[in-house]
Amino acid sequence: MTLTDQPSVDNGVNVQALLDARAALTDAPEAAAFQWRAQAQWVDGTHTRATVEGFFGLGAEQSHRQAFVVDTDHPELFASEDHGMTPIEMVLAGLAGCLTAGIASVATNRDVQLRSVTATVTGDMDIQGILGIDPEVRNGFDGITVRYEIDADASRNDIEAIVAQSQKRSAVFDVVTNPTNVVVEVV
Amino acid sequence: MDATSVVVIGAGPAGLAVSGALSEAGVDHVVLESHGVGHSWRHERWDTLRTLTPNWMNGLPRLPYRGPDPDGYMTAGELAELLDGYAASIAAPVVTGVEVSAIRPGRRGHVVEADAGTWVADAVVLATGPGQTDIPAVAGDLPGSLAQLTASRYRNPGQLGDRVLVVGASASGIQIADEVVRSGRRVTLAVGEHVRLPRTYRGRDILWWMHAMGISSRRWDDDIADLARARHVPSPQLVAGRTLDLRTLREQGVELVGRVAAVRDDRLLLSGSLANLVANADLKQARLLDQIDEFIADVGIAALGPDRPPPTVVGTAPTSVDLAAFDTVLWATGNRYAPPQLDPCQLDRRGRVLHDGGLLRTPGLFAIGLPFLRRRSSTFLSGIGRDAVELSIEIRRHLDGAAAAA
Repeated sequence: MTLTDQPSVDNGVNVQALLDARAALTDAPEAAAFQWRAQAQWVDGTHTRATVEGFFGLGAEQSHRQAFVVDTDHPELFASEDHGMTPIEMVLAGLAGCLTAGIASVATNRDVQLRSVTATVTGDMDIQGILGIDPEVRNGFDGITVRYEIDADASRNDIEAIVAQSQKRSAVFDVVTNPTNVVVEVV
Repeated sequence: MDATSVVVIGAGPAGLAVSGALSEAGVDHVVLESHGVGHSWRHERWDTLRTLTPNWMNGLPRLPYRGPDPDGYMTAGELAELLDGYAASIAAPVVTGVEVSAIRPGRRGHVVEADAGTWVADAVVLATGPGQTDIPAVAGDLPGSLAQLTASRYRNPGQLGDRVLVVGASASGIQIADEVVRSGRRVTLAVGEHVRLPRTYRGRDILWWMHAMGISSRRWDDDIADLARARHVPSPQLVAGRTLDLRTLREQGVELVGRVAAVRDDRLLLSGSLANLVANADLKQARLLDQIDEFIADVGIAALGPDRPPPTVVGTAPTSVDLAAFDTVLWATGNRYAPPQLDPCQLDRRGRVLHDGGLLRTPGLFAIGLPFLRRRSSTFLSGIGRDAVELSIEIRRHLDGAAAAA
């Protein structure tokens, strides 16, 4: 409930636009077919440079405002040169980014003003997997933990509900917790 | 070919309730039934099943529960007998042995097709029940050595092996998991989205609170935030007479894992989102209990103190298990509504029947017994009865219009 002279919640999210999009796409599911893309170029050693610029959606080719470039590498501990974060750390950053964006959107939709949101993400990994030492050990994470510290205009229960709802509708959370078909081809 | 004003398809509680209301209004109709009155309650429920609604809620129009145990929960057999008595008391015009295959538009009204014959009617009511268990596609990827059974076909633990995977944690899934683990078998339960409810809160049945607060009777056209989602809410984790939830199952030794995701190389892959699903269900329960606390304070009802259920703790569940760990899979994954074949214009892009409070797109076609058809309580016996009375008014309105146009 907002009083007429009280400013409404502003977390920087245009929730109305999202709700309008949801309504429009319900009747036009073809427009909801998106394709996200990345191009990557080997630089040297374990250093790769990825560029993200174009994507497909709403029935047409789209483009970010600029090309985004990100370098990935392995750390010196792995006898590498540490020109960028590891690809697996990028997954953790992606998860945090997706969940946090969701928190901002859900909070705005529920009229909750956020003041600060900090996510600490940890992923445990036994590297006997990727080093091929033990076939019983998986390559990926044994588990991921995300810890949120949130300062907002809401009760603890309401904040927990916002965080729970964000997971429910998160793309990266889904990719990480559920199997996804990946096809790798050589042209 | 037989002609009548109304054809009702199905002689379960919904079809009979509609028939009773139509008879009371003097409307000529017939009830076409594939087997017999109350067949699914007599023959398609597991042996120990009881209603999850207390008996005081288990009445039908003009037949409120008057038995000796209003706070008890009747068995499936007792409900079937209740339906027999009801059908007799309203002299329902039931024709048995008729399996309706399709409904199509006729020159005037609708044509109802079955092997046993064809009927023409101005109005048709689909009262065929919720359908059979909806088996997910992944079932086809399981090895042939693994026995598979559905909740629809489950009768008792004797049908199962010793190492059972139950898929689905709604009302059927948790009741079956509970019974099977008590029989001494090893049970793993794959948990997807679910609705957690305590049997009682502050001294009264949870459904009593929901009824008293108007939550159960909330109408479909009363500005529901997301009606499509509300119509797909899983059946709540409720059982006759006690609280049954993931905590109690875990205490009894049931292993909880995430949603079944895929089969790969003799292993079953499970979702890693179990902690989130459990948190969602706990939070939703807490919101309902908050509403009850507010109601008690507002209205000044005498009630016991707040006895909040403890949070569900699941620990770290495996995301991949060897299929050799199981000898049986029991699908409790909800039902797939399967009405007779309808004109495609009655369906949405996904093949689901479109309706507005039970009125299908084409005038003269009606459905009853679907989730949140007209009220949140539309799948409870009491809700079915109420919907039947309201729909009979809509049916009569349609018949009057058809007569005027003729």
